[in-house]
Amino acid sequence: MLAAIGVGGVADLFAAVPERVRLREAPDLPPGVPEPEMLRELRALAARNRPILDRPCFLGGGMYRHAIPAAVDALQGRLEFVTAYTPYQPEASQGTLGAFFEFQTMICELTGMEVANASMYDGASAFAEGCLLATSATGRRRVLVSRGVHPHARAALRTATAHAGIEVEEVTLAGGSTVLPRSIPTDAACLALQNPNFLGAIEEVAPLCEAAHGGGALGVVSVNPIALGLLASPGECGADVAVGEGQPLGVPPNYGGPSFGFFAARQEFIRRMPGRIVGETVDRDGKRGYVLTFQTREQHIRREKATSNICTNNALMALRGAIYLASLGPRGLREVASACATTAHAAAERIFAIPGYAPLLEGPFFHEFAVRCARGVERVRAALAAAGIAGGIPLARFHPEYPDALLFAFTEANTPEEVDLLVETLRRVQ
Amino acid sequence: MRPDDRRYSATHEWARPEQGTYVVGVSDFAVEQLGDLTYLKLPPVGRKVRGGESFGEIESVKAVSELYAPVAGTIVEVNAAAPDALELVRQDPFGTGWLLRIRPEAGDGGFGKLLTAQEYGETLETH
Amino acid sequence: MNKDLSIFERSRSGRRGFDPPRPAFPAREGASLFPPRCLRRTPPALPEVHELDLVRHYVLLSKKNTSIADSFYPLGSCTMKYNPVANEVAAAMPGFAWLHPFQEDAEAQGLLEVLKRLERSLAALTGLPAVTLHPAAGAQGELTALLVARAFLDDRGERDRRTVLIPDSAHGTNPASVAMAGMEPLPVRSGPDGLVDLADLRGKLGRGTALLMITNPNTLGLFEDRILEIADLLHRAGAFLYMDGANFNAIVGVTRPGDFGVDLMHLNLHKTMSTPHGGGGPGAGPIAVRAEFAPYLPLPRVLEKDGRYSLEWDSPKSIGMLRGFLGNSGVLLRAYAYLRRYGGDGVRSIAEHAVLNANYLRVRIREGWHVPYDRICMHEFVATNRRIKETGIRTLDVAKRLIDLGHHPPTVYFPLIVPEALMIEPTETESKETLDAFAADMLQIAREAQENPDLLREAPVTTPVRRLDEVRAVRQPRLRFPCANSAVVVRRDSPAAPANP
Repeated sequence: MLAAIGVGGVADLFAAVPERVRLREAPDLPPGVPEPEMLRELRALAARNRPILDRPCFLGGGMYRHAIPAAVDALQGRLEFVTAYTPYQPEASQGTLGAFFEFQTMICELTGMEVANASMYDGASAFAEGCLLATSATGRRRVLVSRGVHPHARAALRTATAHAGIEVEEVTLAGGSTVLPRSIPTDAACLALQNPNFLGAIEEVAPLCEAAHGGGALGVVSVNPIALGLLASPGECGADVAVGEGQPLGVPPNYGGPSFGFFAARQEFIRRMPGRIVGETVDRDGKRGYVLTFQTREQHIRREKATSNICTNNALMALRGAIYLASLGPRGLREVASACATTAHAAAERIFAIPGYAPLLEGPFFHEFAVRCARGVERVRAALAAAGIAGGIPLARFHPEYPDALLFAFTEANTPEEVDLLVETLRRVQ
Repeated sequence: MRPDDRRYSATHEWARPEQGTYVVGVSDFAVEQLGDLTYLKLPPVGRKVRGGESFGEIESVKAVSELYAPVAGTIVEVNAAAPDALELVRQDPFGTGWLLRIRPEAGDGGFGKLLTAQEYGETLETH
Repeated sequence: MNKDLSIFERSRSGRRGFDPPRPAFPAREGASLFPPRCLRRTPPALPEVHELDLVRHYVLLSKKNTSIADSFYPLGSCTMKYNPVANEVAAAMPGFAWLHPFQEDAEAQGLLEVLKRLERSLAALTGLPAVTLHPAAGAQGELTALLVARAFLDDRGERDRRTVLIPDSAHGTNPASVAMAGMEPLPVRSGPDGLVDLADLRGKLGRGTALLMITNPNTLGLFEDRILEIADLLHRAGAFLYMDGANFNAIVGVTRPGDFGVDLMHLNLHKTMSTPHGGGGPGAGPIAVRAEFAPYLPLPRVLEKDGRYSLEWDSPKSIGMLRGFLGNSGVLLRAYAYLRRYGGDGVRSIAEHAVLNANYLRVRIREGWHVPYDRICMHEFVATNRRIKETGIRTLDVAKRLIDLGHHPPTVYFPLIVPEALMIEPTETESKETLDAFAADMLQIAREAQENPDLLREAPVTTPVRRLDEVRAVRQPRLRFPCANSAVVVRRDSPAAPANP
């Protein structure tokens, strides 16, 4: 090969690299090991973690432990999906494109919205992009964001808007729910909220969206996709943009990533959406096929005027979401949602019957709620940890106004024995 | 041959004087370069534009091109049919595919500085 | 048997593919748990299929893809190298995959140690000591680095430095990220040699310049051999040098960006570090920076003290978060597994083989194709259709014919500065036999363009569909399947004030 190229050695191929910056020694990494040793080392490291798969877990806060159909792993793991890239050549990518088209359809059906994209990085970045869409669609520069929105989503929004000439104004909570603003400022692009919110409360989405519309602003709503098996969809509530964290749909928590974000909106905002969008069309013979479409929104064509800089998204995780939803179907999703809510409500009744534990909020919740711990948050957490229980999350980290509250989440994957152990452990805290 | 009853900008728009206003459109060259058109965004009537200011966008599947006002003035009419009938722009960019009408605020709105059909044609040959 | 049905067309009312766990408590009606106004009115029209239908559907779909697992995939700038399956095994270990991000640090020591080791490895490879693993992909890494640089400049009171110079051969994400950071992109010309035109750079460099975003090697596959001079120019003007690490594959282990004057850079782990592309993601876009930028890196940071690992969530100068939680840990694990097998002594062979393969393919292909920058290249090179131009055959036709011959096409029509470009990156993991086969097919296509151009114009014919009508996809958009009993709420009223013009 060197002879064909016409050079004497591999070093000649790097002649353009200035002599004095060429490495003389190997970089300071440990020496390489064969595959079995690498896997053995990683198994040993994994053993030093305490995963939540097979022990009582009541952690939530945006990521949840749900049962995942075995088919999700097997089908998503097909190397034809894993090792392809963005479907720039549609004839060679009908698998990925077809799956995205179906994914978009499922997200539209779940959210009640007219159009969806083929995924975002995660829920937090999808939320920030949803607010940015509202600013470009309205030409207004203020984002009203509920304090009930996930703290990471609010943080991502602050970072994304820090230098874009956009004001972020937080809307306070009362009783854990977003206060209906008395008036919407004339420069407000959107009212952005989360349902159920970070504290677990079910928000009054429809009146909040209506209030936003009354002031010429959009309603941007972040939703838990499992909750949509039971709760009114953003579309039904009049939202203009619906986003969310896709992890509950068949993705392990992965310590926070990768998961996927979903992004849906009213049809009229199609040209302002970020990310890849797949459309159906026909080939030369009139046969149905799928392509990436509305690509002129994107960075590879519009460069600095693109709707977003997003290029790579989280396609493979979105594929998991699609396979998960197709496995469950509408009845399965409703059953999962119902089991989450039923377990959470049964657990709440038992926990709040114990002296020293009181609900932080009085309003309706879905599968997550905050518990005020008169016996002391740290004591309770120590007891839970000693019992091998994962959760709850100390709310004070994000909401200093609630110093004595722990957030607990319940899903269909919690067994009766797990709930019993939680209740008993709470009861015994000294 | 391009019609010589009008003048052209280096950014491939044209302006044709008509009863104290200018009818504005894009050149055949711009349309050919873009290929099959998919989208046209035109401004609202009443907007003021400076010479060379962007007033809209025209797109094909994989390209987007900004549209720049060849003359300064107020937009007094847009070809409302064009966005939904892009074949007009594609097939007849100098006629039924016109885009908007501008009334100059002062003087000729910069019309005199535009290129003649022959001059415009010469700029294309260097492409 | 119609193998092209969508999952919605396979759906039959009442079927399902999965039974969730038996409920822990007797089910209650939604109406007894929530106010009725909170309840969903129309159920989502999701597919209703048996598990076997589901498996067949997705297996059939997978077979309609071209992937690295079945084909040569020389997609320029995307580094479609082999993705070792052992990395998938590593990331799927329940001890990693089933960690919840709100667990206490003490319960994630093994993963945090992996992440810290990866940070240190990336620092050692880039020569830039401070690393964050937070960004979800390369574009988010670019934005992160721009915000970090901007915060650093603001702290120094240099608030008038807002211009970011970008060579015209750069990826579209560069100017898009600059716009999102509230800064001003300013293009810099490439000279006739395909490299940054230093005269143009000097002319555009000024007191308002914050950074130059350089891709090195660039998208033509050429190493900027005057990189030391470029870095010096930037630094003397009080500006910084940012490197888009999309092409780091070509130089890993050979040289370190920190040594040639780069101040900040991002890496695409789904390129250089072999993590799979997944049909468009997930990726990971860590950034590595000089020490003085470290206080501005996003949160959380991984800390280590005496062998104990923790996450830092509070740092006064940090730019904050760009996404939820720490980062794409599952992707980071794969990258760690990859580097663990190469080790410090092996990484250089990645770049050496990548560059050897690209040059070999270049000299094979130039027998029939115009290669505009025909000299020693790095990991990729660009060819064009110039020698067959009179046949009217376009680069797109060449790409489609390659599909019929069993290859994924190269990147086409990029970089924008080369008309009708075919950007070819073979990567280091391909054998000489594969390169020879691809070159032979390219030369055959050059002949076919003259002798039987219809073969190219009609291609592809071996694929599940032939060329698709992309104009129709925009002008008559159909972006979801029209389900019976759809839950989509179609509205034609406009909710908001009219958008800005």
